[in-house]
Amino acid sequence: MGAIRNGLVAVNDFFSTRVGRIAFFFVLALITLFLPVMFQAAGNVFMVRIFALVGIYVLLALGLNIVVGYAGLLNLGYIAFYAVGAYAGMNLGFLMQELLKGLGFLGERPENWSYWVLLPFAAVPGVLAGIMIGAPVLRLRGDYLAIVTLGFGEIVRIAVTNDIFGISNGASGLPGVGQTVAPVAGQMWVRENLSFGNFLFSKDLYWYFIIVALVLFAILVITRLDNSRLGRAWVAMREDEVAASSVGVNILTTKLWAFALGAAWGGIAGHTYAYWVGFISPESFNFMESVLVVCMVVLGGMGSIPGTILGAVLITAVPEVIRALAASPLLSGVLTPEQASLVGDYRFLIFGGLMVVMMALRPQGILPSKRRARELQPVDDTILAQENQQLWEAEHKHDSDSDII
Amino acid sequence: MLKVNDLHTFYGKIEALKGITIEVHEGEIVTLIGANGAGKSTTLKTISGQIAPRTGSIEFLGEQIAGMPAHLVTAKRVIQVPEGRRIFPQMSVRENLEMGAFLRNDKDEIAADLEKVLELFPRLRERVAQKGGTLSGGEQQMLAIARGMMARPNLLMLDEPSMGLAPVIVEVIFDTIKKLNKAGTTILLVEQNAAMALQVADRGYVLETGSVALTGTGKELLGNERVRKTYLGEI
Repeated sequence: MGAIRNGLVAVNDFFSTRVGRIAFFFVLALITLFLPVMFQAAGNVFMVRIFALVGIYVLLALGLNIVVGYAGLLNLGYIAFYAVGAYAGMNLGFLMQELLKGLGFLGERPENWSYWVLLPFAAVPGVLAGIMIGAPVLRLRGDYLAIVTLGFGEIVRIAVTNDIFGISNGASGLPGVGQTVAPVAGQMWVRENLSFGNFLFSKDLYWYFIIVALVLFAILVITRLDNSRLGRAWVAMREDEVAASSVGVNILTTKLWAFALGAAWGGIAGHTYAYWVGFISPESFNFMESVLVVCMVVLGGMGSIPGTILGAVLITAVPEVIRALAASPLLSGVLTPEQASLVGDYRFLIFGGLMVVMMALRPQGILPSKRRARELQPVDDTILAQENQQLWEAEHKHDSDSDII
Repeated sequence: MLKVNDLHTFYGKIEALKGITIEVHEGEIVTLIGANGAGKSTTLKTISGQIAPRTGSIEFLGEQIAGMPAHLVTAKRVIQVPEGRRIFPQMSVRENLEMGAFLRNDKDEIAADLEKVLELFPRLRERVAQKGGTLSGGEQQMLAIARGMMARPNLLMLDEPSMGLAPVIVEVIFDTIKKLNKAGTTILLVEQNAAMALQVADRGYVLETGSVALTGTGKELLGNERVRKTYLGEI
């Protein structure tokens, strides 16, 4: 243990230096940009798809982090916003295609511009849903809020399963019979112009880069939020609601902003997922998904952007890699196909155990935000002792020195 | 400046305030004293908007503020320093003070006010980078008052500033209250420590089970037989 600890400290020290930081980000950028390309070049589309999926979950986790990490509101139905974004994106896309066809714009061009045209508005359905659920229930606190949001998540899933308003096509999902999602604009172009030799610029790689761009955009926006007036209001509210309102923070709108801005990223992620995969069904939006996103935020470190990203990467990628390994030819002699799929299924058990261990040993997450870590750590004995000492001194020094407080 | 008229506030079915009428004039220190459960803190919380009254009026500078949410009352620069300090424990002293000026946008003036409150509480200047939660009780109370001052209050309402503090620190806090008042801040002070409160106050109200039992100047109340027996512990 000691050796590991020393090693970690050394690594940490290196990354704290300027050179270390630059090196770290350089390596990270290289991995982000080129590893999927290498997998693609090796013909391993499965891994490219996992990279893109990780990106989607990073987006979701970053969104939920606003609600849970910054504002301190537990939302157990976050995946509902993802669903709303996905279904709204698909349906508006169909409408748009119809409209364009009606106007005669869709003659020869099979390309689908819906994704790009709707992307700037993709957050809107999520935000609206966030406000709709947020406005009536934000007076609730803690556990009660968590229960209501859990209910909301289930309501959305059940509504979608039962073909609400006739737009979700029930359990069989979208697109339904007679509907098609044409390849999204740009997809064909990169395939034709950026492929060479054996390397094919596939649809999944194309989407991977879109998702990476969205994640970067999310990081930019959320970092700015954290340093904004609203960000400070969130911190104040999380620490003490009464005190926050006494300095002039409007508790209700501050919470609502957190809900709406968190939901916005859910909507964007849903919209993107829908057009990437080209098919959505209620199964993708079940309660377990909500739980997983919460796990990502908690495991990585609430209120911390790097932590949240790490959490999302670990929770999404590791089980997929385990599953891929179990099914790979390397282990085909050791595991039967049945056993291999069992290994994949046990991943939730592993998470459960991991979360329990995590909460016991490191409640602040792997890469916590500094402030959040302090909030979640038990009060330090040395601080308590120091405080008592100060008080004692203050009380006793007074006899000799009237200036001491 | 502040006129509270026939205020009735309920916690569920329990009537905590049964028609409170008080008045605070500009430049005064007015104190509300009384036993536990007399309704002192409830009066303050109702004025500051933490609780809505059922009936009655609260007029501040000619404007009705009864039932207004807390942040809007704060925007009128009626600032409450809540009971039990309630500083932001994980924010540094400086961040706490900056939060006090949350509704203000005048950067230079805020910096000037920060300097002023640090002058007033040298103890806070020493700990300006320290987390609020690591301060001693007395320092936290100072921080809470200083945070209130950062909003440039028209009326500063202090809820039991002496609670849980050593007597020497209580003296310091009350000295500061006098100082602030001399510098032009109007103060409404809720206190259990009746002797201290009445010494600094221009006027006082004695609350008993949700209504005003007695009123007078600080001196009058200090000399009042009933007050001496009930609240100052003299036999």
